[in-house]
Amino acid sequence: MPFAVDKYKFLGGLAALAIAAPLAAQQPEKLEPGTMAARMAACTACHGTQGRAGPDGYYPRIAGKPADYLYNQLVYFRAGRRQYRPMQHLLENMSDDYLRQIAEWFAGQHPPYADPRPSRLPAATLERGRQLVMQGDPGRGLPACVACHGAALAGVLPAVPALLGLPHDYISSQFGAWTNGLRKAIAPDCMADIARRMTPEDVSAVAGWLSSQPVRSATPAVSLPEPPPLECGSQMRAEGRR
Amino acid sequence: MNKRAFMLGLAAVAIAGVGAVFWMGHRDYDTGAPAASMQADNPAQRIERGRYLARLGNCMGCHTEPGGTPYAGGRALATPFGTFYGPNLTPDPEHGLGRWSADDFWRALHQGKAPDGSLLYPAFPYPSYRNVSREDADALFAYLRSLPAVARANRRHELGFPYDQRWLVAVWRAFYFRPGSPEAPTQGQSEEWLRGRYLVEGLAHCAECHTPRNRLGAMALNAGLAGSLIGGQSWYAPPLTGDRTTGLGEWTRQDIVDLLKTGISRRSHAAGPMAEAVYQGFQYADDADLNAMAAYLKSLPAVGTDTAAVAAAAAPTVMQIGGKLYEQHCAQCHGADGRGRVPAWPPLVGNLSVVAASPDNAIHMVLSGGFAPSTAGNPQPHGMPPFAQSMGDQDVAAVVSYIRQSWGNQASSVSLPEVRRVREAAR
Repeated sequence: MPFAVDKYKFLGGLAALAIAAPLAAQQPEKLEPGTMAARMAACTACHGTQGRAGPDGYYPRIAGKPADYLYNQLVYFRAGRRQYRPMQHLLENMSDDYLRQIAEWFAGQHPPYADPRPSRLPAATLERGRQLVMQGDPGRGLPACVACHGAALAGVLPAVPALLGLPHDYISSQFGAWTNGLRKAIAPDCMADIARRMTPEDVSAVAGWLSSQPVRSATPAVSLPEPPPLECGSQMRAEGRR
Repeated sequence: MNKRAFMLGLAAVAIAGVGAVFWMGHRDYDTGAPAASMQADNPAQRIERGRYLARLGNCMGCHTEPGGTPYAGGRALATPFGTFYGPNLTPDPEHGLGRWSADDFWRALHQGKAPDGSLLYPAFPYPSYRNVSREDADALFAYLRSLPAVARANRRHELGFPYDQRWLVAVWRAFYFRPGSPEAPTQGQSEEWLRGRYLVEGLAHCAECHTPRNRLGAMALNAGLAGSLIGGQSWYAPPLTGDRTTGLGEWTRQDIVDLLKTGISRRSHAAGPMAEAVYQGFQYADDADLNAMAAYLKSLPAVGTDTAAVAAAAAPTVMQIGGKLYEQHCAQCHGADGRGRVPAWPPLVGNLSVVAASPDNAIHMVLSGGFAPSTAGNPQPHGMPPFAQSMGDQDVAAVVSYIRQSWGNQASSVSLPEVRRVREAAR
């Protein structure tokens, strides 16, 4: 796969050049009542203007993620399938319709990405992370991330999220939450199955590599070239297959 | 000999006392209500009526866990005595009401007793529900019977000692509960007012949050709807009395109806437990019922909560720091003059949650933020950002003190322990 990696490096470099500059300052925007930007002030307080990601290295980017993915997460937080008290509190009395509109609004936002933070992990660990992301570990039943999240790791419609542009701590804490059952998608909960097969070293390597990569594509892929290696309830529901 | 007689007398008094408490705690009240004739009206209509009433009373608020099957139970209710879990109300014979009769259901609402005679904890608000009519109780029961049975086991309440001793509920009842339907004067009142009182004091169970309670969780007699901290939750239910500043004195009937129906009014927005009561309940009530409730609430006299809530001015440095923070984080939406931008952003001037005797709601909103409920009348509410992650206790105390003492607001300034307590509860 050396060719593929080189191609990504090249595309990533281009993307970084194109989008890095305007992110330097996050000025609070002027809010006009009645606009979605004003309504979403409670969200962007942590997730950044337009949902571009929080400045503190934890709150993930929500802008540009597939609408069905975002909608599923909102429903899961409201129902306690994902546990984060501040999110649950905000969503308690929200209708499905409004959650759908919120998901679609953030899915339609495409603010620039921040530069990735270089990882402090040893090169050998990052290489292990890259291998797991690109090839998985078939001997241990671990599929490659790219097999479901797309070759550019930009997510796949309708409901598979992007993996680049996320902070290290956010990624690793999601694996913890899947393992402990604090984050539960509808069955089959593919990510929980995968997370339980991974060692803490695997998680650290994958989070380190993913979080240090520049973003290669800002929009999710329309479809996968090959059928995914396993079924996921959230994607199946979004596709109307359950 | 004298001593022996004295001891015997003492024992007799003690036994009589225990007997009296036992009797008072367990006695039933023969309401003389006719057993419902299930054939008397159209069963489909009765179920529909029950569905309406179950929503108005927000039965799901305790009897449905987040993301769970409606009425299958499991929602946690935090109280100062421990956590209660609302039981399954679906017709499952094992875990739900499958083996209950309409009389059993009526007895639960009116006497606070399970079919086997055991005493229900008043976390199930039967001190309010005893006002529900037999007709409405039967409609509720018919609706619950129409739901699909869900075999979901009930979760045990998690109560501290001695509150986990259910038999002690008898003692509580002996002191604080009068079973049966209370006699209430009706003379000289309009049909609308009577309907409003029936809903407010019955199924809507407003008093359960808005009436002050004593240390054993009993609502103070004659302190109806004068405002109360909601035990175990750090939210404050403001007075619904006619007090001008801290109660509904300045509210019009329409303001009240707006808040109940849409979750927002030009005076303040519903938040916390009230947002849920609107989202799951009142937004579905018909205008006649909401107007009736408003008419009744507007008839309640002032009870002196305004005077009680006026406090000394905060230190000038606190106002200075708070003012700076306000300008930086709050003024864009709530305005330099604290008047907000109705309907998107509520005013802070005269807002019941800002000028209340308790600062809990304002602290809670600053820490956790929140959306008014999304309702048919306000489907896309504006959200208040949370500041718990970015503002320290000192700053929260300063900014909440500032809004409680600016633009004519005269409520108490906020201390660090108050902020810490709410932060702990909101976690």
